[in-house]
Amino acid sequence: MRSDKMKALSLAVCVLLLAVFSACAPAASTTTTAAVTTTTAAETAAAATDATTAAAPAAGGGDPVKLSFWTFQNAHQEFMADAANSWNEANPDRPIELEIGVYSYDDNHNNLLISLQSGTGAPDIVDIEIGRFANYLKGTPQLLPLNDIVEPLQDKLIMSRFENYAKDGSYYGVDYHVGVPAIYYNTEICDAAGIDIDAIKTWDQYAEAGKTVLEKTGVPMTTLEVTEHWSFYPLVTQKNSDWLGADGSVTLDDASNAEVLQFLYDMMYDSQIAVPAPGGFHHAEEYYAFMEGGGAASVWMPQWYMNRFTDYMPALNGKIAVRPLPRWEENGVYGAGLGGTGTSITNQSKSPELAKEFLSFAKLSTEGSLKTWTMLGFDPLRWDIWTMDEMKAPNKFTEFYGTGVFDMLVTLKDQLHPIHVGELYPNAQTLVQSSVVFKVLSEKSMSPQEALDAAAQELRAQQ
Amino acid sequence: MTARPSGAGMAKKIARGFFYSPKVAPYVLVLPFLISFLVFFFYPLISTVQMSFQNIAGFDEVRFIGLQNYANLLNDRFFSAIRVTFLYTFWTILILVPLPLFLAVLLNSKRKIGAGFFKAAYFIPQLTSVIVAGIFFRFAFSDSATALINTIVAAFGGEPVQWLKKSVPTMAVLVTLCVWRWLGVNIVYFLAGLQNISPELYESASMDGASAARKFLHITLPGVKPTIVYVITISVYGGFSMFAESYALFGTARTPGEIGSTMVGYIYQQAFVEARLGFGAAAGMALLLLVLLINVVQLKFFNAFETEA
Repeated sequence: MRSDKMKALSLAVCVLLLAVFSACAPAASTTTTAAVTTTTAAETAAAATDATTAAAPAAGGGDPVKLSFWTFQNAHQEFMADAANSWNEANPDRPIELEIGVYSYDDNHNNLLISLQSGTGAPDIVDIEIGRFANYLKGTPQLLPLNDIVEPLQDKLIMSRFENYAKDGSYYGVDYHVGVPAIYYNTEICDAAGIDIDAIKTWDQYAEAGKTVLEKTGVPMTTLEVTEHWSFYPLVTQKNSDWLGADGSVTLDDASNAEVLQFLYDMMYDSQIAVPAPGGFHHAEEYYAFMEGGGAASVWMPQWYMNRFTDYMPALNGKIAVRPLPRWEENGVYGAGLGGTGTSITNQSKSPELAKEFLSFAKLSTEGSLKTWTMLGFDPLRWDIWTMDEMKAPNKFTEFYGTGVFDMLVTLKDQLHPIHVGELYPNAQTLVQSSVVFKVLSEKSMSPQEALDAAAQELRAQQ
Repeated sequence: MTARPSGAGMAKKIARGFFYSPKVAPYVLVLPFLISFLVFFFYPLISTVQMSFQNIAGFDEVRFIGLQNYANLLNDRFFSAIRVTFLYTFWTILILVPLPLFLAVLLNSKRKIGAGFFKAAYFIPQLTSVIVAGIFFRFAFSDSATALINTIVAAFGGEPVQWLKKSVPTMAVLVTLCVWRWLGVNIVYFLAGLQNISPELYESASMDGASAARKFLHITLPGVKPTIVYVITISVYGGFSMFAESYALFGTARTPGEIGSTMVGYIYQQAFVEARLGFGAAAGMALLLLVLLINVVQLKFFNAFETEA
């Protein structure tokens, strides 16, 4: 009798163990979910909450429909919260309740990857940075095509910015901005050196002007990033080149990319008109202090860098002129809109149509587009907005830079081409940042072609 | 009516049999551990082994590719990560065993002036979040001439050092950060070890006229040997699993020229940043085998297996 009981108990224990064990078996992704639970429990819990609340019944009865939104930028949170309020004013019969989660850059992207992989826990709407976007387009994308909100407006949009987030003819992301490459001159230093910034049309002229600035003021013409790609990449796109080809093949070791690196190297170590950006890149605290104190006469960064001056280098108020980037030849290629964050809708959304409508309202409507400028200081995706009088209405950006920025940008709107965001893009970007530019411009341990060859070889091994 | 008391009695009997049975009770008691082990360690381990032979190219494309992931591990970035991890572990062990042992002996000596204060002072860094510490070190060791450490360097007439852009200074910063955070913990381990040495041994040694150095070599050191073995074992584990320090110091898992990228950083970078989960799993397996090998060799070296038997 006793041994029977024992057997029954042992059996029960075994069954329990088996049940627990097999409960984890269905998908390999459960492993990754478990892994995250241990490292970022709070975020995962938040994700779970979002997922359940987003499952609230669809519109009807005046109850707001809950939509969840993840981002890694506080400014984007404010922008979308404002858009949700505007939506509710404009659509009192279909109110929404936007639940916003702001995570760190890595958490935002890792949690999304894991929740899409495991098929649960993803938000309705999510921000994905361009450097990571390709990860979410591998295989069958778990994001919803947005063609029905993009295509009706395509003659008013800078479409190259949608190609960056497209696969097989479907658009999966809506950016916040165009990111027109631009150059920011410190007019005080340029005036002291007696150079005419409007006369600088080519990189040769820029380098010559740099020598004058260095000679007359003792200040370098510019700073170059040695741990990120923003000094290198715009000039690559001006050579009609890229890290990857349109078909996703590796083109990083192209001779024209080596020429760009050599040009940067020469500015730094030959004519010495450039210095490495303090801190290594143009978003380092050390760099802000250096530039704000008149450390360099200029810097080239995309248009969205305007808000870094207003927010982090306020002492330069009224002293910064935004101009088109010099080109390799006077009427040569201007380059690609750079950087960006695509806002996408996941296939786990319970109200996908409403989410799409809201996304279109927030970013592609006239009102929304205007706010990407007035709230965020970005160049809106809709170029028809650029010429509107509202763009010149006083705000902190017009106060800092004057009102002529969009008059300049509108002349460039038809000259921007897309970049090639193939599957290897995240890896290519990492290699350019931590290996190519660093080894050539900072360590000086490799020649431009050697560094590019080594990186391209590593990329090709992964194809 | 009669069935109820007999039913309750039966249940009581079963419960008693259950909890008092020397055969069943142990299983029940270890069950929570067993379940969490199976769910959180064993299953992920098996799954990682499986994934390391797969190419997970997207959300629905999983392909068996044999040893290809392992073959792809033979690249410069991975070797660099192994080198950084080895060096980091080597330097941290080289410092974090003798230094805390020496300080623990001082704190344990009879002339302990302010011992309580120093114990607390050495331990407090451990209470700091590694992220906060990493950010502080990042700014303190910034390459600008006005950063904290470069100001001190300048006071001694030195040129500003690019601490986080060259491999040797970067390693120095990483090891400094580790020593600063872990010194107090190791001191606590050694203090505990020292308490176990009978004071009579020292007394009789003194009567025999042994010097302080001889007492240290022949009484203290053999006495704390188990603690030394333990500290080295956890330091090997800690060194090879290092990720947060490097991540916080550079603000990203990617470090310029890979000078501060560790093996775990590499796994993270491959699996999550570049979304190559199969390849990341293979790198994880390589790390597991490497640490196992080192721990076995090290325990063998200290005759730990024999002591157990």
